[in-house]
Amino acid sequence: MTELPESDADATPPANPPTNPVTSPVTPIVDLTEAESQVARMVALVPAPRPDRPERLDLEPGETDIRRGDVDAYGRSEHMREIARRLYDPMYRHWFRAEWEGLEHIPDDGGALLVANHAGAIPADAPVIMHGIETELERPVYGLAENLFRAIPFVGTMWSRLGGVAAHPDNAYRLLKDDRQLVLVFPEGTKGTGKVYRDRYKLHRFGRAGFIEIAMRSGVPVIPIAVVGNEEAMPIMFKSRRLAALTNLPYFPITANMMAFGPLGAAMYFPSKFRIRVLPPVYLDVAPDQERYPRAQVMADSDRIRDAIQDALYDMLRTRRSVWFG
Amino acid sequence: MGMRILVTGLGTFWGSHLAQRLEAHPDVEMIVGLDTEEPVLPLERTEFVKADSNYSILDRIVRATQVDTILHTHLVVGSTELPGRALHEINVIGTMNLLAAAGAAGSPVRKVIVKSSTLTYGANYKDPYFFRESMPRTRAPRTRVERSLLEAASFVRDFAIDNPHVTVTKLRFTNVLGDDVTTAFSRALRLPIVPEILGFDPRLQFTHEDDVTGALVYATRNDVPGVFNIAGDGTLPWSEVCAIVGRRRIPLPPLLTQWAVEPLRLARIIDLPPEVLSLLRYGRAVDNSPFKRTGFRYQYSTAGTVDAFARSLRLETAVGSNSPSYRYERDVETFFRHSPAIVRDQG
Repeated sequence: MTELPESDADATPPANPPTNPVTSPVTPIVDLTEAESQVARMVALVPAPRPDRPERLDLEPGETDIRRGDVDAYGRSEHMREIARRLYDPMYRHWFRAEWEGLEHIPDDGGALLVANHAGAIPADAPVIMHGIETELERPVYGLAENLFRAIPFVGTMWSRLGGVAAHPDNAYRLLKDDRQLVLVFPEGTKGTGKVYRDRYKLHRFGRAGFIEIAMRSGVPVIPIAVVGNEEAMPIMFKSRRLAALTNLPYFPITANMMAFGPLGAAMYFPSKFRIRVLPPVYLDVAPDQERYPRAQVMADSDRIRDAIQDALYDMLRTRRSVWFG
Repeated sequence: MGMRILVTGLGTFWGSHLAQRLEAHPDVEMIVGLDTEEPVLPLERTEFVKADSNYSILDRIVRATQVDTILHTHLVVGSTELPGRALHEINVIGTMNLLAAAGAAGSPVRKVIVKSSTLTYGANYKDPYFFRESMPRTRAPRTRVERSLLEAASFVRDFAIDNPHVTVTKLRFTNVLGDDVTTAFSRALRLPIVPEILGFDPRLQFTHEDDVTGALVYATRNDVPGVFNIAGDGTLPWSEVCAIVGRRRIPLPPLLTQWAVEPLRLARIIDLPPEVLSLLRYGRAVDNSPFKRTGFRYQYSTAGTVDAFARSLRLETAVGSNSPSYRYERDVETFFRHSPAIVRDQG
């Protein structure tokens, strides 16, 4: 059997999609170079086909004239993300006033698993982290979440277009290892978001530490992220077990926002100040692609990362003077 | 000595097309085809045996013709194509008898290739985004066709274990589109307005009909034991598939969808079987890289397949149906194959 010549090995990335600098940025532009860099950033966010990965299940070089959209193999659309970023930017900048430290710990290239603390009846941490990294680092972020989303009409499609990925271990492995992307995960899951206000900033257990095994298998570093401010944005005061059973939800929250604003509060955040600290990457000292990893080591690494985030949270809270002004 | 091949389902689209492509290969010595229906394409040297659908005479044919390769293309993959009884008869009983004949003592068969479907994975919200061959489905099968394919798959698996000297290849094909083949998706995309499920825009993969026969021929001529997914590279959202084909979409309600399509079926507009409806809701994609690693090259990606289909649809709208019509006539075929009047070896 003869090996056929690699047809797409020498393929060049498609020409930059036409971007109109007049319509793209909505934020006021100070000078022309900044406008150019904004345009360049938006172009750069479109994942370029990698010629070294012929089996990548993505936009093929020769297909640019066939494709009508830019939805990638995971359902994410850079075009939709761009619109969402434009709409979300005022919220990010003026409502939560998110501030980052340690962004240099997130690599410019290659896969990494971002692990953060999770809270809030409708958690604001995922959109803030994804928005922040995508605007600051010009890299897409895929957020792992409960696969239940996929079953809900409109919500499931929107969520997927905006970078949400069902939290299946193989999806995460592909994103990290094959496609070398950033993947955001909240190991606390719904236990984190369903926590009441008096338990704020106390990390819940990290489940069965499946995220550690994913990072080990795909051979990428884990980057812990501590988020302060999110716990006060939509805190849960009580949980109704009866309503949860009735609505088939993991928890039914009565939030402080609902108490303050009535039904409007169900979709309204308090303007708490967001501070996000990216901790140094944790390299897991194992060979990738193993059949299994020692349970003890997986749990130990999970605890190590959990403790790092918990310590960072306490450290940040020690220096925080105000919930609203940071 | 060249290959001696038995093709099941010669009267189906796939059986006929496959036989036609195999005939072109000089290393194929003899092809014998089996079906209850007559071939749909003119075949040069394939011998057609009209047999009942559960292949009870298979044992005799295998021994008499000394076939070394069996191509099992006769698995029905649409739940509304046939009544349940016939479907079970073909997919389950047929496969069972075929493998029994192939595995009988002293059987000359050394290779079995089964054309199956990615329907065996189902489509559900809990699914991984790309099914690997080893991954199980996440929800129990609900349609008869899926159950029968899974049962047939278990026969194939048992056969491979019991007959280690036989190369068993099972190819799971994704939704096929092409110039000639008719599938649930090609029917849907031929409608002036294409159905979708409101609020869902699933990721889908398509395989071109030429890649289907290509993959089967490749597996015939090379030894590639195992189960493999076959699908064009990449995925497309259903909305984009419709856009490429140039069709507008009409939403079906996301709840009670099954009932909503019933009037469409009764009015003979379109028949959307339950397995297609769950695809339109959750979609499905498979990892096609293992078969590519064996050396197979696809001619079409998913987007390329849809584009090729769109082109052939445009041609069809312009000039009308251009698929060649052929009717099998036993006497004519016998004359051309066996009559001493025919001058053979004309260079």
